[in-house]
Amino acid sequence: MAEVIVITSGKGGVGKTTTSAAIGTGLAMRGYKTVVIDFDVGLRNLDLIMGCERRVVYDFVNVIRNEANLTQSLIRDKRVDNLFILPASQTRDKDTLDIEGVERVINQLSETFDYIVCDSPAGIERGAFMAMYFADQAVVVTNPEVSSVRDSDRILGLLASKTKRAEEEREPVKEHLLLTRYEPSRVEKGEMLSVEDVKEILAIPLLGVIPESREVLQASNAGSPIILASESDAGQAYEDAVSRLLGEDLVHRFVEVEKKGFFNRFRLFRS
Amino acid sequence: MRFLEFFRNNRKTTATVAKERLQIIVARERTTRNGPDYLPLMKEELLLVVRKYIQVEEGAVTIQLDKEGDCEVLELNITLPDAPTAS
Ligand SMILES: Nc1ncnc2c1ncn2[C@@H]1O[C@H](COP(=O)(O)OP(=O)(O)OP(=O)(O)O)[C@@H](O)[C@H]1O
Ligand SMILES: [Mg+2]
Repeated sequence: MAEVIVITSGKGGVGKTTTSAAIGTGLAMRGYKTVVIDFDVGLRNLDLIMGCERRVVYDFVNVIRNEANLTQSLIRDKRVDNLFILPASQTRDKDTLDIEGVERVINQLSETFDYIVCDSPAGIERGAFMAMYFADQAVVVTNPEVSSVRDSDRILGLLASKTKRAEEEREPVKEHLLLTRYEPSRVEKGEMLSVEDVKEILAIPLLGVIPESREVLQASNAGSPIILASESDAGQAYEDAVSRLLGEDLVHRFVEVEKKGFFNRFRLFRS
Repeated sequence: MRFLEFFRNNRKTTATVAKERLQIIVARERTTRNGPDYLPLMKEELLLVVRKYIQVEEGAVTIQLDKEGDCEVLELNITLPDAPTAS
């Protein structure tokens, strides 16, 4: 049985696809057979972020409609073993996903995969609902900004009431907060909500803090998930998040302003 | 910069303002979160009706939807002001 993880947020453009690509890749690198599904029907983007756009033949909707089987549609990643992508359809008809169809595909993937990562579209409509419905765990991607935090809270409400687990009154979906595009220097100046502020408002466990990083754009330019840039802050922060997802207990890095003062350098020389 | 001075004098940073605003709105939205879509509007309208007769504050009307077995219970709470205003 696979573990289904939805990457969701409510608000658009906060980093869901970046996160889906990073976490999916991270899980596969640890040896887990992982598939990342793009639920953003009409606005396929995961393929670009993961650098496999030219290899897309069949998509999620083709599989649901039995126009192609899973083996034909899954794209195997060329860099990382155990990693597969199921691209979204570019059809403009958003109602092509039906819950029975999605369930069938997820059950089938569940037989051979360890993790199914669902990249949710923005909003709280049908697409987002489909992406979260079968989830065992949810990563709520949030930016330290008022509208993103509010939308995350709404998504938490939906996770608690509109998922299969909720409807069947099973153990609730396990929720994780992932704070992205974080800028410690602005937090220090009082210009940006702090990790503690957001944690206090949303009241769910913190999976990680991903700093604002120029390397994220560069990674997407190249079609290479940011977690593969192992020297970058954001890549390392995603590494940590994957470790925590797998149960490790790590201290949060990149939450304080790096002090590059004389004394720090001095200490470096001494030790 | 006048902008900076403004914040220095008030000592309340924009992040603090953001947090306070969020705490209020999130708490308010949570009370009607799992209910039907009409609940928030119904609550606002009830508040208007109540205010036609009694001077109550913004947060004086709370609505809660609970499930008791197969029964759904809509609980409406109106907090009245301490001393009734004469008129
Ligand atoms: N940590 C980060 N630092 C800098 N830029 C980032 C970071 N995370 C994401 N971004 C940028 O933010 C933009 C939106 O990211 P992304 O596409 O992952 O968001 P999304 O939530 O999937 O959007 P949508 O709601 O449209 O699906 C991209 O340009 C991406 O490069
Ligand atoms: Mg996206």
